[in-house]
Parts: sequence; C-alpha cells; structure tokens
Amino acid sequence: MLLVKGNRLVEDRFVRVLDDAPVPDGVPVLLPAARLIADAHELLQRDAPIGVIWPNDRKIAELEPLLDRLALVALVFPTFKDGRAYSQARLLRERYGFRGEMRATGQVLRDQLMFLQRAGFDAFEVTKQADVAKFAEAVARYSVFYQPTGDGRVSALRARLAHARPLRELPQAVQ
Amino acid sequence: MYVYDDFDRTLVGERVREFRDQVGRRLSGELSEDEFKPLRLMNGVYLQLHAYMLRIAIPYGTLSSAQLRTLAHVARKYDRNYGHFTTRQNIQFNWIKLEQLPDATADLASAGLHGMQTSGNCVRNITTDQWAGVAPDEIEDARVWAELLRQHLTLHPEFSFLPRKFKIALTASAHDRAAVKVHDIGLRMHRNGAGEVGFEVMVGGGLGRTPFIAKTIKPFLPKRDLLSYIEAVLRTYNQYGRRDNIYKARIKILVHELGAEKFGREVEEEWQSIKDGALALDPAVVADIASRFKYPRYQTLADNPPELAKARAGDHRFRLWLDNSVSNHKAPGYAIVTLSLKPVGAPPGDTTAEQMDAIADLADRYSFGEIRVGHEQNLALPHVAQRDLLALWRELDAIGVATPNVNLISDIIACPGLDYCSLANARSVPVAEEITRRFKSLDLAHSLGRLHINISGCINACGHHHVGHIGILGVEKNGEEFYQVTIGGRADEQAELGAILGPAVPYGEIADVVEDLAAAYLELREGPDEIFLNTVKRVGVEPFKERVYAAR
Amino acid sequence: MTSPLQQKLKVNGPVVVTANRLRDGAVVYRTADGTWTNTLAGAAVVTTAPAASELLTAALADKLRAVDAYVAPVRLTPEQEILPGNLRERIRAQGPTVALPGAA
Repeated sequence: MLLVKGNRLVEDRFVRVLDDAPVPDGVPVLLPAARLIADAHELLQRDAPIGVIWPNDRKIAELEPLLDRLALVALVFPTFKDGRAYSQARLLRERYGFRGEMRATGQVLRDQLMFLQRAGFDAFEVTKQADVAKFAEAVARYSVFYQPTGDGRVSALRARLAHARPLRELPQAVQ
Repeated sequence: MYVYDDFDRTLVGERVREFRDQVGRRLSGELSEDEFKPLRLMNGVYLQLHAYMLRIAIPYGTLSSAQLRTLAHVARKYDRNYGHFTTRQNIQFNWIKLEQLPDATADLASAGLHGMQTSGNCVRNITTDQWAGVAPDEIEDARVWAELLRQHLTLHPEFSFLPRKFKIALTASAHDRAAVKVHDIGLRMHRNGAGEVGFEVMVGGGLGRTPFIAKTIKPFLPKRDLLSYIEAVLRTYNQYGRRDNIYKARIKILVHELGAEKFGREVEEEWQSIKDGALALDPAVVADIASRFKYPRYQTLADNPPELAKARAGDHRFRLWLDNSVSNHKAPGYAIVTLSLKPVGAPPGDTTAEQMDAIADLADRYSFGEIRVGHEQNLALPHVAQRDLLALWRELDAIGVATPNVNLISDIIACPGLDYCSLANARSVPVAEEITRRFKSLDLAHSLGRLHINISGCINACGHHHVGHIGILGVEKNGEEFYQVTIGGRADEQAELGAILGPAVPYGEIADVVEDLAAAYLELREGPDEIFLNTVKRVGVEPFKERVYAAR
Repeated sequence: MTSPLQQKLKVNGPVVVTANRLRDGAVVYRTADGTWTNTLAGAAVVTTAPAASELLTAALADKLRAVDAYVAPVRLTPEQEILPGNLRERIRAQGPTVALPGAA
C-alpha cells in the first residue's frame, strides 16, 4: 500500500483492524465505521490514536461528535468516478473543522490528486506506483482556481479585485 | 461579450497541458481506456462510430468573429471542413483524431475556446437565450450570471465526479427561449414584489429515457445567493444521487423519488450553513465580471429607416427573409438577425469552414464582431443596424444561410443520429433532409406557420424530441429503423411533453406522416392564426391520429 | 442497432470483430493473424460463438491499438465478398449515408 503524505511516500503507522478482530493496544488503529460507532465509548478511551474508515454512502454528520478524538478519517473512492467522498471531505474540513489526517482510499489516481487536495485530503493511498513519483507534479498542475475551498488558495474571482486577501475564513454556520 | 483575462487564459492553458500529458499516457498504454475515458470526456472527446468527436463549449452561445475563425481553422486542419452546432449551444467536430487533439485543443485555447466539461459527469455548458443582452423583453443580461456560474463550476474539485451529467440554463425574459424547464437546474430571472431582480430556481427537468419538467424549489433567490444555493443543490445531488444505475442517476430521478418539497428542504438545510460564507456574491465581484462584458457602442439610429422600407417594398425575396429571420432589438435602429442553418436537403445545424469564415467577416462588418449560437441550431448576428439589412441579406443569401424558414416546419432540430453517433438506434439527418424537401415550398411552409420539429435518433433525446411540436424518436425494431411520433410538446415557459400519436412507422413512411400531420392541421385549425401547437391543445391527439393512421 | 457494446455473445451467422483504432478512432476489423485492418475484406470471419469469443478476447486484450471491440454481423455474397450485416455496420464501413457539407 502506497501512502503519500507531504508529497512523499511514507510508512503507514496505522494498523488496519478488520471488523471483529481484537484491537491491538498501544498502536494507532484504523477501524471500520461500524466498529467505531458500536464500541465508541470504549475505544475512545484508548491512549493510542484512532482512525476510522468512513463509507461514502453514510452521512459524515454522524461522525461529528467523535471528531475531536479522531486522529485520522479515511474516506473511500470505490471507483475514482464515484465522487461522493469529495463532499464528505469538504464538510469534514470546512464545516466540522477536522484538523487530523484525512486520507483518500480506494481507487486514487494521479489525475484526481489536484481535486483531492483541494477538497482537503492530506494523505493518499495511491493506487499506482508510477503516480507516487509524479505526485508533486500532479498537485502543481494548476495555478488558477475559480472557486474557493478550504485549502486557503485565493479564487480567481477574488484575486482579480485589487485586494487579494487569502481565504482563510472558513464558511461559518448561520445562527 | 465576455473577454478573457490572464486568469482565464492561464487556466485554459494549464488544462491544455494536462490533457496533452493525459493523451500521451493513454497512447503509451500507461493509462487504460477505463482510466482515460472520464478524462477525455471531461475535455469533450467522445468516441463515435467513425472517429472521435470533439465538442467545444460556446458559453451561453456567444462567439467573437476571431473565435468563429478559429473554429473554421480547426475544421480545416483537424477535421473535414465543417462543424455541427448543437442543441446546447456547442459545436461538434466529428472526425477528430486522438493523436491530434493536444494540438487542436492548443489552437482552440489561443482563442479562448475549449471543450472543458462538455461531456462527462460534471456540470456542462451553461446555456441561455441566444438573444441575451439584446432582446427587448429581457430584464437584464443573463450571461453575466451564466459566466459567474461557469467559472465557479469549472474544475470544481467537489463536483467533477457527479452521479451523472448536469445541465443548467438561464432565462431573463418572460418568453423562455432557453428551455430552462427541461434542465437539471433552470434559472428564471424575474422581479419580486419589491422590484428586486432574482432567480426562480427549478430543479429536476430533463429529457431522455424519463422526461420531467423541472419543479420550483425556490421561487425567489436573491442574486447574492446564486453561487451558494447552486452549491447546495449540487452537494445534495452529489451525495444522494443514485450511483447504482446510470439510467436513474440524473437529479430528476432524485427529485422525483424524494419529492420536490423534501428535496428542496434538504437543499435549504445545506444552504443555511453556507449562504453567508465565501460564496456570497459581493457587488464588487459581480461588477468585476460584468465589466468584462463588452457591449457595442450603438449609434443613435431610428427604427425602420426609409432605406429599409424601400428595400422591403422593392424586393419580394428580401421581404420574405426580413419578415421571417429578423427580430426586434433593444436598441432603436438595430435588429437581431437569425442565420438559418437549415437549407433544404442539408443536415440541420452544419456549417462549412468557408461559411464560418464568411460569417465571421460579416459579423465584423455588420454585427460588432459578435455571433450567437442558438439551441435550435441556428446562428444569429445580434447587433445589425436596420439600414444594413439589405446589404447583409445579399451576402447571407450568397453563402446559403438566409433560407427564410426560421421557426417553420423546415427549421428542424435534429441530433446527428446513427450516421455519426454510437448511441443511436436510427438515423435522424436523412429524415430531416427528406422532410425539408417535402416542405421546400416557402408558401407551404409559411402557410403552416410556427411549427417546431425535433428529431432524436435514440432515447437519449439529444434532439429534444419530447418538447417538439412534432417530436420524432428513432427506434429499432427487428433490425429496421422505426420512428415514434409525438405531438404537442413545447420547450418554453409553458413547457410540456408531447403525447404519442400512434404506433411507430418505418423509415420509408416518416416523411409521409409529417405531411399527413401538416394536412390534418390545415384542416383542423380554426384559422391561420392558430398555430399547430394550439390546434393540438384545442382538439387533442385523436383527430390527428385518425387522419395519420387512416390509411396505415 | 441497439448498441452492440451491451450485447450478449450470440452468433447466428458469420461475424467479425470490429473496434475503433485508438490513435484516430477509425473503424478497424480484427484479422486472422492478430492485427487490425481498415477494410472488411481483410477481416477474420467466424461462424461459431466459441470462435467469436476467442477472437473478441484477443481483440480486447490488444488495448494499445484499438478500443471498444465487439462482435458484429456480416453477410457473405456467393463470391465470398464480406459485406456489413446491418445498417450500423454499413455506416461504420462506408461512412454517413448523407452527403458531408464542404467535402474536403
């Protein structure tokens, strides 16, 4: 499994736990969603970091109460054409303010890396070896972005105006 | 028209480079067809029966003469000297080679043209009324809002892999020339009680296998909220649209299954969280985009100048064309000229490279360098001084784009059909050609009045047959081409789907059926002022069915 | 003319395997010696489902040269000339049935 963070290949420190398997102590673990939800109370008392793999057909809002105790949320692209996790990702970062590692899993290909990064992913289980080498290039393909996301880049609409202030304010919920 | 700045140019240039890299990786085998196909679709590249097809976006149907010349260049250099204008204000080239596409897209980019998002499961070319900016009955120029949406939705990271394609149309006139009610999102600009201009937002319209008329989920959306509200609609669709079945994946199915009210509430809930955030349109941003729309410096002219009246009286053919193809303009002394791309016996909507160059020249001389593309597959010159109409007409006539059949029975809208398209079940172009031959008499065509025929070669309905006054759908029965006819459809503000006339008829009979329908109409109508559509409304389908199927 | 890309493999007469050439989209036909030809005359004709399946499998594996391969009907004249077996294949072999505007 090829995990890319910060433009380079890294070791995955998280141990993937299958549905009913015992959760090892003292190591970061990556749990299936159903497992986390079912055993949340117990699991979140652990010292070691917890991550969850959240399916793309389950509301990300369900995860919100647990977010401040999660080190990692892995979202899923069953095929690269199934774009549901892009919405989940943006909500996680921009609506719920998740600051931990957000990982793209499933079919993760070079030509979607730019979109994934803009949506807030900072870790990528890249499908093809060849794409690892080209990662830095892939996320630098564009310098103009028409729309703001949570990535802090200035959108063209705003950059055109005399004052190009960076979009660091995330969308605020209306009272 | 909108003028690109460095941001726009840079983005298109970056896209061209990216696509060149992707094509290279496909040709070398590094990318499989499965991995490449969505990428090429997102650049407007289809694989059709004979070759690749390149679909180029013409945002809200507005072209400069330089752009039209570039299209002519592409037709000559990379294709077979002609292009086809489509029902979504795009242009298609049918004979493109994949290995030449990087160069072709680079040539297009130099004129600010591209095929970005003209295919694939993303937001497609945003269309408006081809008379936007010059129509006397519009509230304001909808293209400014179409451009704001276009930019916002181009290479949008969240919405590039939707369940299915997504089409948005805008209108700013009471009379809807953009068919907004049969789009995934239809936006109607109008004034509320307080005199403010905003958008009625309708969702879930569409043709194809399961046609629907769009439902209103927001009667009045202030301008400031346009981007955030559309974002909320798309986010809701992206998350909840069906992914298991491509025939049930459009937003129209989601709206139908949830119900428009529930869908509207989901959108509203999402929207409440984002409406005051980064997507709220502040006036400075809108003004900036609006300032990039260059409008002509019209001269101060009078309507109906004496030279026009004289020409009208003196030349019968000119008068026919004037009364048929020329429409009123916002600015006194000016006119909107429609160029019919429907000559008798020719493929509807096709234009040769020579014609494109000639029209570009005429646009420079007579229309401030601007051309419009309509969803009915005709072109328009939107800024013609009335005193120039005679001279212009002579030149249009010489290049074959002045057939005075606009909105008449021979002004047919047709998809490319089985002659080109790998999805088709039957041919549409030769059917259109034969119908135009049957009705080549201008007297006959004029006596029949406004009559829209729409032909689709398969259920995907690219010819918009469901909303034709006469709709013709090609189907296959036992290896033979058959045609299903509907009547009474309309695409405007009173949009309605046509009703099936009777059993499908074979290829050899479809033109006869159209003749029988025309004859039935002449017999059944109350008088020449009752158009075909209204006769169908008044008497229903039965009397037409009886007459058409009497001898079949 | 239902898109043959969705068809199940049923062979009721002579068939060929056809596809579009990757680099330019041109119509091509699979030959007996494992390559592609522009003309029906050079196509491998088979008459049984297993033979068609084998031809198709080899064609589909040849991903660098051709895409979207499928089995298409042909008919043979008494002189063994290979002709397209339906309208869609006729159009693919011979081009649109309408005159092209602005012939090059």
